[in-house]
Amino acid sequence: MPSRSKAVKAAYLGLLLALAVVMGYVEYRIPFHLGIPGVKLGLSNIVIVIALYELGALPALLISVLRVGIVALLFGSPVSALYGLAGTGFSLLVMTVLRRTDRFSLIAVSAAGGAAHELGQILTAALLLKSSAVFYYLPVLLIAGELTGALIGFVAALLHRTLKKMEKGKRSERRDQE
Amino acid sequence: MKKNDWIVFTVVTAAALVLFLLLTLPKGRVKEPRLEILVDGKHYGTYSLETDREIRIGEGNVCVIENGEVRMTEADCPDKSCVHSRPIAEGGSIVCLPNRVILKIVNGEEGGPDAVAE
Repeated sequence: MPSRSKAVKAAYLGLLLALAVVMGYVEYRIPFHLGIPGVKLGLSNIVIVIALYELGALPALLISVLRVGIVALLFGSPVSALYGLAGTGFSLLVMTVLRRTDRFSLIAVSAAGGAAHELGQILTAALLLKSSAVFYYLPVLLIAGELTGALIGFVAALLHRTLKKMEKGKRSERRDQE
Repeated sequence: MKKNDWIVFTVVTAAALVLFLLLTLPKGRVKEPRLEILVDGKHYGTYSLETDREIRIGEGNVCVIENGEVRMTEADCPDKSCVHSRPIAEGGSIVCLPNRVILKIVNGEEGGPDAVAE
């Protein structure tokens, strides 16, 4: 977005960060078990995807890292923070690269991000456990991450469209007043 | 959805499938499968699958060998992923992430020259 003051950006960042933390809390209280152990919907990724598309890669990274830190402090542990950071880092990296190519829709970008999230966590688990046995879970988790990522992407795409419309509406309103 | 989206979905799905095949196919025929337990990456014990028994692992986990199958029956963590995991018999592993316990099936003669010759 071209004409945004620093204050507006800071407010937007804070709002998204708070939303991401709340999403994590909702999922913590009401786990959406999808039949496979360890698979989560990843609600807070809606916010991360929106941040990536509305604000850019760096603000999205900032929100993800702060979110992981806050969630770990509130309901997790240093170990869960490590898993969270690896997942979020991988996911955001893949999503940023795919988005830059400008060849894929938000849904596909989010699906790839979901799969990358699982890959990051499995790699962390392999490092922490000093064993490659965890890779047996990877195929199932990749597919699960792809599907939940696509679902999250679908919701985020709807939101993104609505936000754009609102933005446009506001701009024309301002023009009318002048 | 854009035209190129199928590339992303195909690549991820294909990667998962190839990985699945790589991990499961060659492990299909272990001659004399045994259960190896690792705690925190370190060897905890190796057990034959022929005799049924219950093994207590540290404080939190209990696994059971029954009819040549291994399953985790108890874990003190909240999510109980390992307890819900499928039993393992000829290959594969069960992992308890919070307690860093790994149950895996290994070849009976692992490490010996016969394991390589086979």
